Amino acid sequence: MTDTAATTATPEDTGPMLAADGTPLKRSLARALRAQKMRALALIAPLLIFVLLTFIAPIVDMLFRSVENQIVSDTLPRTTLALKDWDDSTGDLPGDDIFFAAYQDIFLAAEAKTHTRLGTRLNYEFTGVSSLFRKSGRGLDDIGEVYQDAFKDLDKDWDKGAPWVELMGSDDFVAEAQAWEKGDALPEFELRDGMADLLPLTAVAYEDFARFQRVEEEKSLLKEEPWTLVHTMLFRDLQAQDVSGYSGPRAEMLKAADALVDGGELPPLDVRTTFEKIDKDWMDVDVWETIKMYSPNYTNGYFLNAVDMQKTPDGPAWRDDDERIYGLLFKRTMFMSLVITFSCIALAYPVAFLLSNLPARTANLLMILVLLPFWTSLLVRTSAWKVMLQQQGVINDVLVWIGLVDDANRLVMINNQLGTIIAMTHILLPFMILPMYSVMSTIPQTYVRAAKSLGATNWTAFWRVYFPQSVPGIGAGSILVFILSIGYYITPEIVGGTTGTFISNRIAYHISSSLNWGLAAALGTILLAVVLILYWAYDKIVGIDNVKLGG
Amino acid sequence: MTLKKILTATTALTMAATGAYAESHGNMANEMTLVSWGGAYQTSQQKAYLEPYLEMHPDVSAVWDESSAEAVAKLRAMSETGNVTWDLVDVTAASAIRLCDEGLAMEIDPDEDLAAAPDGTSAEDDFGDLMVSDCFIPQIVYSTTFGYRTDMVPEGAEPPSEICDVFDLETYPGKRALEKRPINNMEWALLCDGVAKDDVYDVLETEEGQDQALAKLGTIKDQVVWWNAGADTPQLLADGEVFMGSTYNGRLFSAIEEQDQPIAMMWDAQVFDLDGWVVPADLPEDRKARVMDFLKFATDTQRLADQAKYISYGPARQSSAPLVGKHADLGIDMAPHMPTDPANAQNTFLYNYEFWADYRDDIDAKFQAWLTQ
Repeated sequence: MTDTAATTATPEDTGPMLAADGTPLKRSLARALRAQKMRALALIAPLLIFVLLTFIAPIVDMLFRSVENQIVSDTLPRTTLALKDWDDSTGDLPGDDIFFAAYQDIFLAAEAKTHTRLGTRLNYEFTGVSSLFRKSGRGLDDIGEVYQDAFKDLDKDWDKGAPWVELMGSDDFVAEAQAWEKGDALPEFELRDGMADLLPLTAVAYEDFARFQRVEEEKSLLKEEPWTLVHTMLFRDLQAQDVSGYSGPRAEMLKAADALVDGGELPPLDVRTTFEKIDKDWMDVDVWETIKMYSPNYTNGYFLNAVDMQKTPDGPAWRDDDERIYGLLFKRTMFMSLVITFSCIALAYPVAFLLSNLPARTANLLMILVLLPFWTSLLVRTSAWKVMLQQQGVINDVLVWIGLVDDANRLVMINNQLGTIIAMTHILLPFMILPMYSVMSTIPQTYVRAAKSLGATNWTAFWRVYFPQSVPGIGAGSILVFILSIGYYITPEIVGGTTGTFISNRIAYHISSSLNWGLAAALGTILLAVVLILYWAYDKIVGIDNVKLGG
Repeated sequence: MTLKKILTATTALTMAATGAYAESHGNMANEMTLVSWGGAYQTSQQKAYLEPYLEMHPDVSAVWDESSAEAVAKLRAMSETGNVTWDLVDVTAASAIRLCDEGLAMEIDPDEDLAAAPDGTSAEDDFGDLMVSDCFIPQIVYSTTFGYRTDMVPEGAEPPSEICDVFDLETYPGKRALEKRPINNMEWALLCDGVAKDDVYDVLETEEGQDQALAKLGTIKDQVVWWNAGADTPQLLADGEVFMGSTYNGRLFSAIEEQDQPIAMMWDAQVFDLDGWVVPADLPEDRKARVMDFLKFATDTQRLADQAKYISYGPARQSSAPLVGKHADLGIDMAPHMPTDPANAQNTFLYNYEFWADYRDDIDAKFQAWLTQ
């Protein structure tokens, strides 16, 4: 301890050093730092929140779609539940109860017009489901029409809205419904006490109907005849239940219907046959297996598809050889991005070297030449390459004219990998030149001169003294070019033909054409993961500290 | 009838009509965003539909968004965020079916929402089979067909006239431009591999049939330039990059007649497709009222016939066909350039919407894998 310190701390004060106000110095310092940090955070908070909300959140949301699969269980809640107990390994079709559940689910989905959406979703997994669901939405009305007609013939009131309301609704609801006038909010349906036990299936179906009329159609129940589904359910209930004890409103009507049902003249309910009549594909076990497989709320199906595999009842399996494409595209994207990065390095290094060693006036002029294409529209530049490279294009014409190439055997330089590499190298070149230039222009000329004065040859001076100092520029440029080219889409689309397209072209296809956003999200997630791994590897091997974007 | 009665009746009628007019014009938005494809096609819509409408309604303004190529994806994204900014969207029939399936487009009641033909035929009958979806109001029939360079036909050979000439590299050497998707190409390949026209889709449903089509396409694979945009083939033909290529017939018309390129049409086995309007689902009432008013006007018999002055696509209404006149600038008769003209339509296909809605994803995966091999 020095003398000055000794004067502030007495010998018996062996505890922590104290600040002027008596708090331990350590804590006081930490508090000051924390306050500073909070201030800094408050300053960047608007930007941080902006970036989080407008950039990170949408991306996370999009990537999350790669596992989301609620649409199946949302649209077919009863069916997916019933399918849980179905053993698909026997090769037998599901039992009648599952067909019955599917009837209810698809009927409701068709009313809400969500069945076709589910059909599109499942069609990605099993070809033909799309039209299967579209047809079934139309065809399932047939089941209930038989019963609707029979009840109607018995008593016209079965086909009207008001009698149903009196039968199913509580007295309060009936009063509210009758008092309702156009413009008011529709009253919420309330079931009559005991009805859930007396007619359990009908009650559920009628409640669905009532909810739908209130929320979607905004019509009074008194005016709307119920769906045929409700009539089917009534038939099922009357078969199973004894209604003779019921004495509420419309008891006579109900008892007459019960007598009709018990008379056995109505055709028995055969949902399975109706499904078969709508489309024989319903008798295909694979369809049911697909629904069962995609019942859970989250699925790895999209990710399996993204790596050329598929879900099967026995677990993941490779796709047929003639359907594998994504693995190849991922590899190709990596390989071509590397080639483009290296050709950019090879072309950009001399340019950046020249720029940084020329007098400022000339350098600025040359810099404009570098920037000019950078400012030109991407599409214009890509299309210009088309004009240059095509078989009847400028380069071929010149080669034929000077006699290097035979007119019949013009070079194929576009619509293949070569075309993509040439065009993308050109387009991404400024991203390599600029960081290189900004690093090189900070390397003092004196170092090379010193090396030479110590006896180094030109090459040694460059290689041992200049080049190592320019490496951070190469690193920065390479990362920029590589990561940009991995996600590039428009240039390969235009000049890539079949062999020069990237994985991003398939992502774009699934986003905008096939609308398989789940698969697009899975492919995007994999691409993001690959880039992060490469970045991590780069950091381990080269070190991210060695990257400089400027002096 | 006494004069007084007549007077009362007409007064009542006039008042009713004015009332109805005021009612229907009371809550209409004055701005519309129309979505189309850009280029000559959008210009034809601008001239045939929008300009006359704006003349009648000077307080209305409309903007175009050239996003039809990504309409389905964008509409889905808009609907998910609950902010649909489009009022009327021009899409192909296949996209319309998709939008309808997804609940993104509004269902149309043809007799209520659309104008009847001048002779009183209901809109539903006038459009007939072309209303392939409940949400879709067809405007035009276009076709995907082939054009070829007349100056590149080999000496001694007849100009190509049949679809199978596309696959005949011996008689007609040279590159071909085909669309980079299975639709149409698979059908043509099967037709030229001995499958009868009526059986094409039955065959294409099976794995073997798909392999057969790809094998046939494989015989010309190294001579094919695959295109993504409809403008590619006219450019490739004009530059002499390819000998023959498929594209939309209107693009070929414009290369042949408007730009005087040495190109000729080959109508054999042309595939008809439809393009038309959909209205996004759940529009606010005032915007919906405006767009339905415009829609009724823009899809009437005369308007559809007018469009054919600017572009060689066939009007979707039967009653419009006799009204098709001459090209607005060139002054040539448009009827012989219509894909639906009897001379051109001797052997045609209609895009099979249902089949491709089911098989598109599956066959496309195979097709793309085949392309990269």
